[in-house]
Amino acid sequence: MSDLLQMLDMPFFRRALAAAALIGFTNGFVSGFVLLRRSSLTLSALSHTLLPGIVVVVLITGVLNQAGAFTGALLASLIVGIASITVTRYTRLPQSTAIAIFYTAAVALGVILIPYAHTSQNLEQWLFGTIQTMGDTDLKVFFGIACFTLMSSTLFMRPLLLTLFEPNVAAVQGVNVRRMNYLLYTLMIFALMASFQAVGPILSIGLLVAPGAIISLFTNNTKWLFWGGGIIGCVAAVLAVIISIPLNIPTGPAIVLVLGTLFLLAYISVTSRKFHSNTSS
Amino acid sequence: MKHLIILQEGAEMSNCKHVHTEGQTHQLLVNNLEVAYRTDTVLKDINLSAHCGSSLALVGPNGAGKSTLLKSVAGLIKPKKGEITWAGEDNMKCRGGEFAYLPQNEKVNWDFPITVQGVVEMGRYSQLGAWGKFTKKDDLAIQRALDLMEMNGELAQRQISELSGGQKQRAFIARAIAQEAHVLLLDEPFTGLDREHTANLSRLLRKLTKESRLVIASHHDINTLTDTFDQILLLNRIVIAMGECRDTLTEENLNLTFKNTSHV
Repeated sequence: MSDLLQMLDMPFFRRALAAAALIGFTNGFVSGFVLLRRSSLTLSALSHTLLPGIVVVVLITGVLNQAGAFTGALLASLIVGIASITVTRYTRLPQSTAIAIFYTAAVALGVILIPYAHTSQNLEQWLFGTIQTMGDTDLKVFFGIACFTLMSSTLFMRPLLLTLFEPNVAAVQGVNVRRMNYLLYTLMIFALMASFQAVGPILSIGLLVAPGAIISLFTNNTKWLFWGGGIIGCVAAVLAVIISIPLNIPTGPAIVLVLGTLFLLAYISVTSRKFHSNTSS
Repeated sequence: MKHLIILQEGAEMSNCKHVHTEGQTHQLLVNNLEVAYRTDTVLKDINLSAHCGSSLALVGPNGAGKSTLLKSVAGLIKPKKGEITWAGEDNMKCRGGEFAYLPQNEKVNWDFPITVQGVVEMGRYSQLGAWGKFTKKDDLAIQRALDLMEMNGELAQRQISELSGGQKQRAFIARAIAQEAHVLLLDEPFTGLDREHTANLSRLLRKLTKESRLVIASHHDINTLTDTFDQILLLNRIVIAMGECRDTLTEENLNLTFKNTSHV
């Protein structure tokens, strides 16, 4: 406990905790949308395309910084996303198939290009998160993303839910389904970008899926899916920072591991409860 | 009897733009409609008119274009040719209260973490908008819809994935009723219902037409058509015949509808 209090005196630790809380909450909140939209696999594919995006930026600019990595990652995911939508529109292939082809090709390109990406920074650190090196500007960006996520979700929660449940019925009820889909994509991409810095592109999907999946085991209330997911994401990320820094283990993988453990415990709790109620009745 | 009393108490269409005055009817007009998915023409030369206070059954084989016609009327599909108007207004402008649409069961995300009551409450969102609060009137409309479809009590609090096929169908019909829309577009509403609930729904649709609503539904069971619907439209990509059930359900028309797989 005294070690923890001592660490709280260190600015980098306080920043890491604040970033973990903000990113964890945002991702946890948005994970409700990912779950309802059943788009975990698509987002997983997009998160992997962040890798080649970063590598290409390093090749072009010769440096690796936050703005460059963010731009490269965003462009790569947009290219793969748009390419898959285009293929789906003009062929009979489902989007999941098209996206699988494009994202694996993009990752393959990234792997081939990694040896040529000479930079003074540690590429591995970027691949698994840089939460311990957060600056004040990073925190402001995450705070902005968290505010945008909460405000837009709260304002448009009803049309978003109608769209996610059955888009045709939503459209007949007067919802602009296309705009709601754009908003959903924006929320998911922003959350992915935030988690990308916390846990890295390879593991970011874990933070964007697990909180909602955990809370969905316990509730039939859609409102709780979002707020509960946010709380779980926030607590898990903060806990991982507190555990990982003193133990000197990478924080990004620690966040995903804490969430994986929580999911396992939740699953055991729910299934054992069902088992007991079945045997007693 | 319970159904009749409840419906009379709740017979309102306050959310609709085209409010009724006594003796006035609103008309749905479909003129020279043609719908195609890429190069495949699914509907061609469709002309029909139907007015509120009546019910119309769409009958035809699989792939005849029944669902496509319902979706086109609902404004979900942009036609290649032709126009659809409701009360003189383009149907695309009538979304958000005038129409209620029931999709086929398999199109719905049944894993959604929501109870039956939650689904029926969604029917009120078009009246409430994005931020409006539920009022007593909304609660009454929801309760009435649940009562009508016998989805009240414990069933109302059940997670939708735990429902049987027929119960899922009833939950969604309850949602459409809670919407209190002027035009009900129902894609195979009788699918999955047992005999008792089929008879109940048939009675309910009759009552809804008496409340000056227009009910259009795709339907498969020719034996129960005349008990439920005023008019029938025999469809197989083109209109084979349309009119009063007794006049239209001839052997010749049925042969034309079901024996020829494509008329386009």
